[in-house]
Amino acid sequence: MSEKKKLKVATTSLAGCFGCHMSFLDIDERLFTLLEYIEFDRSPLTDIKHVTPGTDIGIIEGGLCNAENVHVLREFRANCTTLIAIGACAINGGLPAQRNHLPLTTILEEVYHTSPGVRNGMIPNDPELPLPLNQVHPIHEVVKIDYFIPGCPPSADAIWKVLTDLLAGKEPSLEHGLMHYD
Amino acid sequence: MSQTFSLDGQSIAFEPGQTILQAAEAAGVFIPHLCYHPEFKPHGSCKLCTVKANGRQTASCTMRAVPGMVVESNTEEINAERRALTQMLFVEGNHFCPSCEKSGNCQLQATAYHLGMMSPHYDHFFPNRAVDASHPEVLLDFNRCILCSLCVRASRDVDGKNVFALSGRGIKTHLIVNAKSGRLTDTDFTLDDKAAQVCPVGVILKKRQGFAVPIGERKYDKAPISAMTEQNKLTEEG
Repeated sequence: MSEKKKLKVATTSLAGCFGCHMSFLDIDERLFTLLEYIEFDRSPLTDIKHVTPGTDIGIIEGGLCNAENVHVLREFRANCTTLIAIGACAINGGLPAQRNHLPLTTILEEVYHTSPGVRNGMIPNDPELPLPLNQVHPIHEVVKIDYFIPGCPPSADAIWKVLTDLLAGKEPSLEHGLMHYD
Repeated sequence: MSQTFSLDGQSIAFEPGQTILQAAEAAGVFIPHLCYHPEFKPHGSCKLCTVKANGRQTASCTMRAVPGMVVESNTEEINAERRALTQMLFVEGNHFCPSCEKSGNCQLQATAYHLGMMSPHYDHFFPNRAVDASHPEVLLDFNRCILCSLCVRASRDVDGKNVFALSGRGIKTHLIVNAKSGRLTDTDFTLDDKAAQVCPVGVILKKRQGFAVPIGERKYDKAPISAMTEQNKLTEEG
């Protein structure tokens, strides 16, 4: 076992809530088994800031709601052999995409100017802030995604099943009980 | 003595006049479908029930069984096409399962699970469709409509009220309420209507019962749609 090179895995949360990462941690003591096969690269778990070129698997939570999300997604695609979309938001935009029928200016106006209780509001314009996209998009609409783990969040067992299928060189599949969109 | 045809190599008995789908259901063989409902005349529009009958693709809900017919249904080729159709239904509407009261009781979702749909694959339309919350007892969320026309058929043929209709053509087809205002409250629709009970997705929802059954304990959480009898599918509790 020790002879075998460990797979490098990077993870990130874009327009997500980190719920999928929490669910990933819910694989509990199976993390020890997993760590015999993988090591973490860029991830909220390691605080490494950029994906190392040649990373084997990128796991992406959340959709695309701003320019920085797109930038990070492209960095993952450029540096990972296999990309996995995890959770409803990465797969169809999820909760953030429920703003998609509203014009962006209307939303910003309401949040920062006209909603009850707001006085002297100002739409944030610091150049360091990434610009919001007009609509929230799932990640497969911007880069090629190799595998998907649906769920809000996917259960730890579903995540475990897909990862172990991949490590075993099999096409991942989720049977009844593990496949959930909710 | 009843006649038979072959479905994926299995001999299926049928009564003259029965469709392929009716005979398969009666024999306990599942063929995915969304716009078909045993109590209504088939509509043949969702195409999920497509099979190959004697080598030609056809909707099994409208095609009558013929003695000796050879039908393929549960094949990788046909299921891939059904999956693509289901993915198109998902991206054409706004199907956000985690915040939908129908999740777990939804035939579209359960069918997608059955077909192993891991992603919507296509680009999303994110259409802008307003909800109609005007009726005191029922919410209409058009975002989830798949145009199966079951509410149209139920309201017209059973309730005799003609509350719903499909309007527009092609990709612009959409469900409307037959009232001058276009609002459900301005019709004689009630919760007891058959039309209130046939929606396979989360368009026609009873108000004030959200999360009465928690997510994870609902009908299709307990058993896959392929394992359900037609009668179980029709009852909310399963």
